[in-house]
Amino acid sequence: MSRKGVSFRVKEINSDIAQFRDLSISIGAIHEEKWDEPMGPTPFPTLSTLRSWDHTLLKRYKPFYLPFCDLCCLCTYGKCDLTGTKRGACGISMSAQQSRTVLIAACIGAATHISHSRDLLTHVIEQYGSDFPLNIGGTSVEVEAPITRLVCGVKPETLGDLEPVLDYCENQVTQLLAVTHTGQEGNNLDFESKVFHAGMVDHVGMEVADIAQVSALGFPKADPESAMADLGLGTVDATKPVVLVIGHNVPPSTSIIDYLRDNGLLSEIEVTGICCTAMDIARYSAKAKIIGPISWQLRYIRSGVPDVIVIDEQCVRTDTLQEAAAIRTPLIATSDKNCLGLPDRTNDPIDAIVADFVSGKVAGALVLDMEKVGEIAVRVAQGIAPNRKKQGTLPSKDRIIELAKKCTQCMLCRRACPNDLPIPQAIKPAAGGNLGPLNELYDDCVGCGRCEPACGQKIPVHSLIVGAAEKQTREETFCIRTGRGAIQDVEIRKVGGPIVLGEIPGIVAFVGCANYPKGSREVAEMCMEFAKRRYIVCTSGCSAMSAGMYRDKDGKTAYEKYSGAFEAGGIVNVGSCVSNAHISGAAIKIASIFAKRPLRGNYEEIADYVHNRVGAVGVAWGAMSQKAAAIAAGFWRLGIPVVVGPHGTKYRRMLLGRADKDEDWYVYDARTGEKVYGGPVPEHLFFAAETKEEAMVMIAKLTMRPNDTSKGRANKLANYVDLHKRHIGGLPPDVHRLVRVPADIPLTMKSEILEHLQQHDWKEQPIPDPTLLPRMVHTRRD
Amino acid sequence: MPLNESWQTGEIPGPKKASLIVKPDIADAMIRRAKRPILIVGHGILEYEVEGLRLIDCLIELAKKGKIPVVVTASTNKEFLARGYIPAAIMPAVDIANRLTDATWKGIDGKDTYDLAIFVGLPYSMEWTILSGLKHFAPGVKTMTLDCVYQPNASWSFPNSTIKEWAASLRAIVANLGD
Repeated sequence: MSRKGVSFRVKEINSDIAQFRDLSISIGAIHEEKWDEPMGPTPFPTLSTLRSWDHTLLKRYKPFYLPFCDLCCLCTYGKCDLTGTKRGACGISMSAQQSRTVLIAACIGAATHISHSRDLLTHVIEQYGSDFPLNIGGTSVEVEAPITRLVCGVKPETLGDLEPVLDYCENQVTQLLAVTHTGQEGNNLDFESKVFHAGMVDHVGMEVADIAQVSALGFPKADPESAMADLGLGTVDATKPVVLVIGHNVPPSTSIIDYLRDNGLLSEIEVTGICCTAMDIARYSAKAKIIGPISWQLRYIRSGVPDVIVIDEQCVRTDTLQEAAAIRTPLIATSDKNCLGLPDRTNDPIDAIVADFVSGKVAGALVLDMEKVGEIAVRVAQGIAPNRKKQGTLPSKDRIIELAKKCTQCMLCRRACPNDLPIPQAIKPAAGGNLGPLNELYDDCVGCGRCEPACGQKIPVHSLIVGAAEKQTREETFCIRTGRGAIQDVEIRKVGGPIVLGEIPGIVAFVGCANYPKGSREVAEMCMEFAKRRYIVCTSGCSAMSAGMYRDKDGKTAYEKYSGAFEAGGIVNVGSCVSNAHISGAAIKIASIFAKRPLRGNYEEIADYVHNRVGAVGVAWGAMSQKAAAIAAGFWRLGIPVVVGPHGTKYRRMLLGRADKDEDWYVYDARTGEKVYGGPVPEHLFFAAETKEEAMVMIAKLTMRPNDTSKGRANKLANYVDLHKRHIGGLPPDVHRLVRVPADIPLTMKSEILEHLQQHDWKEQPIPDPTLLPRMVHTRRD
Repeated sequence: MPLNESWQTGEIPGPKKASLIVKPDIADAMIRRAKRPILIVGHGILEYEVEGLRLIDCLIELAKKGKIPVVVTASTNKEFLARGYIPAAIMPAVDIANRLTDATWKGIDGKDTYDLAIFVGLPYSMEWTILSGLKHFAPGVKTMTLDCVYQPNASWSFPNSTIKEWAASLRAIVANLGD
């Protein structure tokens, strides 16, 4: 494949044509062609290459903007009031400003994944060399990098082959960020197209990161039976020295495991983690324990259990140093993206750093040498644990009662709470000794801690909630199947047909952060509901943890109850944030492996296939971050709908279809070239649900595709109607829009649906061979 | 408690903020003045019961007396049906709001656009953002909220109130509509 930076010098050449002296030639890359698939039309697409495809989607799924602020404050002309039809000093409208903000968020997200990917790749190349072969799943995974192949048109074989792919991603993010400068793009739909571009590039970056770490660090390789790991606060053996790792970039954590292994200490020290570093360290060693999603940071640190905290990058609370100091636990920062004002001790001797930490001379240090981090963290934990005695800051019951008596019921804690939790109402009985209502808030609390600085009485409100739930936290003993990585090609071959034909009603991927409206439990319940209904359920990141933090009536977690295979009724934990690429990758592989559509640099055709035929839906129930925005955008460009929770409206816009506008739902019938009505499926591209129940009904609806066979549509409709009846009440009002031919009607619902169709003057519609691309007419290859 | 501060302290929108419904008569007058009002009811209403009055019953009475079509979101429909009241439409909140920004949309009955959208019972921040969408992109639609907290992006909002004050206001609005 490509090799970067080749240059050579020639002292003198004499030929018939000319004479050259001191000739110096540099070549950006040499391309060794080993892949015989012909190059498609759009390798390494620029900002505008796929604009036409984006606008095709955006014509159907128009943005509905939900400004989170009426002002623009990005330049010194501002603040500019953009209310209604007003324009800013630079001429920007509110719709353009909102889409610009969405693009900024997507750029932040993409840059974060790509930068993480770069750091990781550089690290593993240093460790294993650039010729180290990629191995994602042995012979089970021949399409090792579906997104990279699709977007870039290259087939990476070694770690070194991934470098030019990241060069491309970095270049594109720079271009995209430039678009958001004052006086650049001014049209909201063109901003939106660039949001899609950022998302696509983000998925490339994520794929590079995960296939690099799977290959080099020996993570499970597309293994449906990857090991189970402990999950939850109650799984930690607090009698041992405890290391806590937080973040996303796993090398500092693998260095800890390596040191423990090398020194026979694995059973002596507890390695625990929060967020995606936890997910990935458990892929490296299933002995590592996952505490929980991002929202578990304050509650775990304040418990006093960690003896040393090692942070890397992304989603690490920026007050971790202060929280760590409060429990007398040292903090080691390991990323130059997250230095926290700490002194750089990278080049100091390990003994000196350890001594300073153990003596309490320093509260934190920046150590950018991954090899050193492992030894320092372990030795500090060993040295400090006996003296710390796990002193936390969570109040005892008596102290909670005492603090609760200070409450003036001013409501400011509740008004600071993202979930509007009735905190004052729970503190009131606590003052009288009844901690039950405070304990009840624990499950719904997102752990942001905003309630505390809001309190005029300086009551540590979050600690009161966690303290009141002390027994419950000890009982958090769950398990999670460690991230398996990619989906095997053979699994795709098995399920590709049933998915496209609709016999498997859909793929539902629960991804993203933990800013849930009503706690983790809802994610677990949704996962189990769709697995029970024989959908393929995928999980990743914080959502994958949440999916495991609940036991059903049989006492089983989602991962104990359902298989880890990419099959009907499976719950497939792909891994950390960057492993999301395997979910979009699976959709792409269905088009490529099952339908044999050309993959190489052929984005539009594959996206058109996925959008019209693969019933996949992403669910980011607690999406909070800019990375989640970028991940969603990558799904949108593939035409895959994403459902978010109610907090998701703060992303500032939805992409909503209008089922009532028939003209929006015409597709080309690839057999005839005629434009035919394909029905309002999938109805939306980005949708915020108000409740879990509304989300489940919408998820079932969004798995429908114009290509569904009657058998498949009947299956999907049966689930949609049943969920609607259970959770919303009655027959869905839009069934007549979703039934195309009588055979689409689920047998068990025939009479009531026929009655509904009659009431709505229903007419039979042909089932098309759908495409949104005129060039695909008569040129189908499947 | 400040009457016209965002209930979520940090959610401050900008220069254009909702006028306060300081007296029930104001809401009553808005509803009477509207040619085509619509009531959008979220699942939050199911939580409230004040002095034996379930908020949902109060809203059903409001809809009946004011002849206002009701759009229910999420699981709210089930509770309406359980009371023998069939809402005009079941639609997610973002869907109905999106349609309200379309000046050519002829409503759920296909007759005409709406000029007043009354919201109640959505999660605070979701209602906040949806009302913001309408404030900026639905110039022909006035919005009013009947929640007990101040929603700055509405055209008209109740102030931050105690549940008791709020229930009394709702009762008064319903009673006035019966005049």
